[in-house]
Amino acid sequence: MNQPRSSRHVNLNESLIFERSSPGRVGYDLPLLDVPKPNLSLALGENNIRDLIPNFPELSEVDVVRHFTRLSTWNYNIDVGMYPLGSCTMKYNPRVNERVAKLEGFSSTHPLTPVHLVQGNLLILKLLMDCLAEITGMDAVSLQPPAGASGELTGVLMIRAYLTKRGEPRKKVLIPDSAHGTNPASAVIAGYAVETLKSDKNGCIDLDNLKKAMGDDVAALMLTNPNTLGIFEPNILAIGEVVHDRGGLVYMDGANLNALMGITRPGEFGVDVLHMNLHKTFSTPHGGGGPGAGPVGVKKILEPYLPLPKVEQRENGEYFFNYDCPHSIGKIKAFYGNFGTLVRALAYILANGHNGLKNASSVAILNANYIKEGLRDVYNLPYEGPVLHEVVFSGKKQTKNDVTVMNLAKRLMDYGFHPPTVAFPLVAQDALMIEPTESESREELDLFIQAMRSIALEAENNPNLLKDAPHSTRVRRLDEVKAARHPILRWRANDRKPSTDYS
Amino acid sequence: MKLPEHYRYSKEHEWVQLKGDIATIGITDYAQEQLGDVVFVELPEVGHVFHVNKSLATVESVKAVSEVYAPVGGQVIEANSSLSSSPELVNNDPYGVAWFVRIKLSNIQDLDQLMSANEYQSYVIEESD
Amino acid sequence: MRYISTSPEDQTQILKALGLNSIDDLLRSIPEKIRLRVPLDLPKALTEPELLRQFIEFENQNVLKELCFLGAGVNQHFVPVVIDSLSSRGEFLTSYTPYQAEISQGTLQAIFEFQTLICQLTGMEISNASMYDGSSALAEAVLMAARISRRNRLLIAQTIHPEYRSVVNTYTRHQELILETIGCQQDSCIDQTKLESLMGPDVGAVVVQSPNFLGNLESLESISTLCHRYGALLVVNITELLSLGIVRSPGEFGADLVCGEAQSLGIPACYGGPHVGFLATRESFVRNLPGRLVGQTVDSKGQRGFVLTLSTREQHIRREKATSNICTNQNLIALMVAIYCSLIGQKGIRELAIQNVAKTQYCLDALKYLPCEILFQGPRFNEFVLKLKYPFDEVAETFYSAGVIPGLPLGQYYPHLKDALLVSVTETKTKKDIDRLVELVASVS
Repeated sequence: MNQPRSSRHVNLNESLIFERSSPGRVGYDLPLLDVPKPNLSLALGENNIRDLIPNFPELSEVDVVRHFTRLSTWNYNIDVGMYPLGSCTMKYNPRVNERVAKLEGFSSTHPLTPVHLVQGNLLILKLLMDCLAEITGMDAVSLQPPAGASGELTGVLMIRAYLTKRGEPRKKVLIPDSAHGTNPASAVIAGYAVETLKSDKNGCIDLDNLKKAMGDDVAALMLTNPNTLGIFEPNILAIGEVVHDRGGLVYMDGANLNALMGITRPGEFGVDVLHMNLHKTFSTPHGGGGPGAGPVGVKKILEPYLPLPKVEQRENGEYFFNYDCPHSIGKIKAFYGNFGTLVRALAYILANGHNGLKNASSVAILNANYIKEGLRDVYNLPYEGPVLHEVVFSGKKQTKNDVTVMNLAKRLMDYGFHPPTVAFPLVAQDALMIEPTESESREELDLFIQAMRSIALEAENNPNLLKDAPHSTRVRRLDEVKAARHPILRWRANDRKPSTDYS
Repeated sequence: MKLPEHYRYSKEHEWVQLKGDIATIGITDYAQEQLGDVVFVELPEVGHVFHVNKSLATVESVKAVSEVYAPVGGQVIEANSSLSSSPELVNNDPYGVAWFVRIKLSNIQDLDQLMSANEYQSYVIEESD
Repeated sequence: MRYISTSPEDQTQILKALGLNSIDDLLRSIPEKIRLRVPLDLPKALTEPELLRQFIEFENQNVLKELCFLGAGVNQHFVPVVIDSLSSRGEFLTSYTPYQAEISQGTLQAIFEFQTLICQLTGMEISNASMYDGSSALAEAVLMAARISRRNRLLIAQTIHPEYRSVVNTYTRHQELILETIGCQQDSCIDQTKLESLMGPDVGAVVVQSPNFLGNLESLESISTLCHRYGALLVVNITELLSLGIVRSPGEFGADLVCGEAQSLGIPACYGGPHVGFLATRESFVRNLPGRLVGQTVDSKGQRGFVLTLSTREQHIRREKATSNICTNQNLIALMVAIYCSLIGQKGIRELAIQNVAKTQYCLDALKYLPCEILFQGPRFNEFVLKLKYPFDEVAETFYSAGVIPGLPLGQYYPHLKDALLVSVTETKTKKDIDRLVELVASVS
């Protein structure tokens, strides 16, 4: 029976917790104090005592459950449907990973517990490091960076430390114009100037441009491979040589690692250091925008510079933290990394093994190519070459009659999909960057292709449908200009509560 | 929007109105259209000295940031404070109340690089193709 | 494989539709030379029952002690059960960053609430949507203070969490900033005379922590006056956010930036992460604030809604000119903090904070009869430094075999305090628990 993918349904509204607050309500009962009440003036100093925090909420447990449950129903999420977001790798988040990460023996351990009492935690760290090193073909790994951008910063700082020890840090970093914004931002924090490399007509690193730009003042090339167009750099081996010949290093942004697992390894194609995104390739949940984890992998030459501490194992099998690393760049985060996220990633790797990971990458590539073939007669394909796990279309055939590529994206919401990445990478005009991942079934892919084809027709025949989209979401197009011109970043007690008038 | 005849125009879509050695600078209607709704304008401080073609100010829309380059060099003697409370003026009246800065011209030759209203008109038509 | 919907049969069908023979045909763009010819050397794949068993085996290699008096930036507090139920919902857990606001209003409203709660707690005007953790929040606050003040000399208290100071050094090393340490007095608090002597027109900010790493409250009022007299910013770092349930907020004392760690509010220790950093400040500094910001607006029908806003500060637009390289926030954890605050409530948070003070006071009162020493007198919240009669490593085993971790030996951070322990006594400790600790201290004295 043919049913449309989406239909309307009653969805409850919900005000802010501060507006719901009611005096005297209690959401958590505390055990009674079993020791004497303190003399607060003596304990804290008279000048330090605080009154009740004005307007801090007062709600019952039921209020809180209703409030946040209703809020949750307003969110699209992977459990409900596909996210075709390029370079985000929104794959299924296995629930067994949640179960093991929350085992008491992991979740309740304090990071400063003496190591002989937490050998299980250190074993997990070491095992994950070894697995990630094997998957990427690198010699050593640090799990400390709590996010991809943080991993990038760690990588560039290590490059700088290495070059400084060798004689001089050099002045700049080369970054292709197709790169993610965190790449140049991270390079700047590490004290480098950024030089943008213009891509060639296929959206790839232009080898001649690289040769011209590569000099003794260039510390590193930061690249993404496959690049943000889903294309494996055809000159990757030559690129590595050009950079290394002039004494520079190659940094790889590992956001697109989902295309490579079990197929090839960055360590084999000239990469000296990379970061991985555990919340992309390794299935840890996005949580609406974090937490993530951005471990770095390095070749031997950079090993001395890894963040403190290093996880190591003694002859007798005991694990310990090694702080005796005189060349380390120091710490990028307090303690050891986002441990809870690391446990989830390890569970994913152990559930898959080599075959599972290779299959994941293979199917990711298959699914992206299926979408490519399904839409190429309707949407403009700016770059002809073979794509791996993601494909970039241009909306330029559809963006006339004042229809923008953003309108197109918003219209997809009415079809029950989250839009793909829009207007990135910058090298493609009106880009639509689509990465389905291996989690999607053929049925879901077909529905997506149908939706996109339908929208292309609408752009032609009924552009207003796109311009005012989305029509069926609980809020309509939000005024981002107003939000930026007159920022309201918090609730205040004298804010007028929106009326609950049913008219 | 009609181009003021007595203004001069730069390739980067700024306009200059000259009174003696004081130049008033703003961005053109074409520029504000390209930017979309302006949400924020960052202006230099009074007293700041600029060479021609150096970044003078930034204009932000929701999704982009654009530099405004000095069409002529000089020292800032006045910055338009009404743009901080009402950035939308840049969209509504780019040639009038939404001037950015007034500067004391340091090099009269800088004006030679600028275009007349007609020249700018043609330039914009060429750019859009 | 259970995480993939495309069976081998589906794969064959799709390949046929693409006119291909095998997936290898899609890999032509990868040079032969670098194609893997042997399998990755990874442990064999585990089914779900095997996976559960394996992780329980890993867990069994940890030796859990019943009583743990460790604090030092990761604080043990009650975690209401409902936080896990709500934050485990797939709609929160598996959703993406709310760039497409119309289908992410749940996330956006929850974070708007988080931002408000942080402002209420810290007494500041605005807050961002959270940062990776307290240490990186502090690093970002230091960079932000340098940017705003346009001065390159910053004074950092020695009694800020040592791991945090290490992270600040990593972040600021290549920024042409001069970071100087402010020493402390006998009572562990900042030596204000020393501080005054270091001040000057080139000092951009003074950075302190309260309660400081050794447990004591700093005199924020006088430090604030001193800072502002020289036109410098006051940055206050907080690692025990629950203290603000009973301790006056840094905002009330005139702080310009308040940053730190919100883990105390509903987040388990989890061996150090993921936790959640925060950064709050004055409205006038908003364009210098790193990280995501959720703002309120209206939709085309005039309905209230929320969006990520002021994105032009961030890396995806400014790229190399961004305020920071930060991309993500700690969204799910920030959500958990918002849920916690909603549950604990206005009266509860004050009562809970008072319980912490009470339990710590009870412990101190009992210990003063023993031949051990409480270093650093003065106002404190829920931590103190204890020097036992004998060096800790000589008596450590007595505690551990009794199932108690009595505190953190400070030698790894402050060599001159190597025989002292940092002890944290929170509401999670019953009277009996505290008596047990005191008995053990007596037994090794």
